[in-house]
Amino acid sequence: MTGVAIIARLTFREAARRRILLLAVSFGILFIGLYALGLYLLPDTFESILVRRQILKIFLLLGLYAANFLTVAMSILTSVDTLGGEIRSGTMQTLVAKPIARWQVLLGKWLGFVGMLTVYVVLMAGGVALVMYGIAGFWSESLFTAMALVWLEGILLLSITFLGGTMLSTLATGVLAIGLYGLAFLGGWIEEFGSYATSKTSVSIGIVTSLIIPSESLWRRAAYEVQKPIIGGPGPGWPFSSDSVPSDGRTCAFFPAS
Amino acid sequence: MSDTAIETTHLRKVFGSNAAVEDLSLDVYCGEVFGFLGPNGAGKSTSIKMLLGLVKPTSGEARLLGKPVGDVSTRRRVGFLPEHFRFHEWLTGAEFLDLHGQLLGIEPAVLHARRDALLDRVGLAEHHDKRIGDYSKGMLQRVGLAQALLNEPDLVFLDEPTSGLDPVGRRLVRDIIGEQRDRGATVFLNSHLLGEVEVTCDRVAFINYGRVLEVRELGRETADEITVSVKARNLNGNVLTSLRAWADGIRINGEHLTFNVAGEDILPEVLRHLAAHDVDVYSFTPKRLSLEEQFVRIVGTEGGL
Repeated sequence: MTGVAIIARLTFREAARRRILLLAVSFGILFIGLYALGLYLLPDTFESILVRRQILKIFLLLGLYAANFLTVAMSILTSVDTLGGEIRSGTMQTLVAKPIARWQVLLGKWLGFVGMLTVYVVLMAGGVALVMYGIAGFWSESLFTAMALVWLEGILLLSITFLGGTMLSTLATGVLAIGLYGLAFLGGWIEEFGSYATSKTSVSIGIVTSLIIPSESLWRRAAYEVQKPIIGGPGPGWPFSSDSVPSDGRTCAFFPAS
Repeated sequence: MSDTAIETTHLRKVFGSNAAVEDLSLDVYCGEVFGFLGPNGAGKSTSIKMLLGLVKPTSGEARLLGKPVGDVSTRRRVGFLPEHFRFHEWLTGAEFLDLHGQLLGIEPAVLHARRDALLDRVGLAEHHDKRIGDYSKGMLQRVGLAQALLNEPDLVFLDEPTSGLDPVGRRLVRDIIGEQRDRGATVFLNSHLLGEVEVTCDRVAFINYGRVLEVRELGRETADEITVSVKARNLNGNVLTSLRAWADGIRINGEHLTFNVAGEDILPEVLRHLAAHDVDVYSFTPKRLSLEEQFVRIVGTEGGL
């Protein structure tokens, strides 16, 4: 086994041993259960098929938005102390004195977290989609694209905490990741309203923030993917919808960085 | 293989405006147990970290087993017990050694056997499957020592290896250091316990302010500084004055006379001189300077923060 694989396995095992995985999966299942209950209790008496589809899409977006937000929070919370904590406690000293390069330790840990993130996204976003299909019979091929985009958003924030962790303390890293996420979130909203009011400056602000940190544009593209068969969205004011759609290029802008 | 296990020339590390290690030039030979002594803040830990590639030197050069420090493959042949022995608490002792054995690239079958033998050797026979988080301080240091020896290293760094141990544990570490020497390994020992260093080390370096003040061989017959305690009568001023030709630090308190001489060879001459001046000698006890006395003499009593 190579050094990278050993460290990746160690990271995964740590999460399992310290009951992080167990708790995340348990709450994930509770989340899906509650979501299913909510959908089940929704009265199925709509004016028309079109209105029914629209309402179900909003409910689907609501579920995906919550899954997306939880993925972001989990990516940051679980990984924020992995480098700083090991350096501070001294457990890192014994590791890096072994015949393994620093980049292998970093890559191994990163891959371990990517593995956990994958499990989490499949459980949460996949669970939402399955519940929607099982209870309301509503399915969309673009759910896979949306899920992949949510996954990428998690990886983006994971990479930011890793980058921060190599230079900053644990708390500072957390502040950095959440601060950047907040900027992108606000920038996305300004862009959204700007596109309604046809303000080019507002749209530009959104584009610039999303080029710095594309987390919100990843979500907005995911939301667009799910709702695109319908003409027009529900309008601004829905945090989980998208009217100013990020292009493919912008959605992928962070790839070279990660 | 070269004869030098560790070779440093003008190694220097500066943190901000503060030089933690000023100018470290040192040779440690293969197969010896080398003691690294100095007061707190003398730059010992930073030096070890530089040698292990944990900290990048600001300037200067260092080679480990013939290769420049930081060479990843050399670490296969190196063992390290850190001063602050903190390990992954959620692993059991056996799993911890498995992890580090895998990182060292040891074959699974060999690793399995070696892991069990080492845990037994460091006195953790009953605790293979106990979580490290439940280990006592002494047990942590023991499992750390086992970890440092997993690859049967050619060079092993032990940074304060007995700080968490009771006298029985200290003795165990002493025995294990002896076993490593017998195996042909080089041991680099950083310890505050000078008594321990005195019985285990072949050579010691005294360092302060990040410089080597002196390197000494221990246990050599021609030790250069000897304190002599004499019980005698009929000591007069003339004898004491003429004694200055051989000795210094002459002190007299009634019948008790003490002085320092530079070597053992001088002792018979001094004794003849006393007898020739009709001094009645009741006892004459030469004593080599203890490592602690040497430490204080070389390093001084300042600093140590």
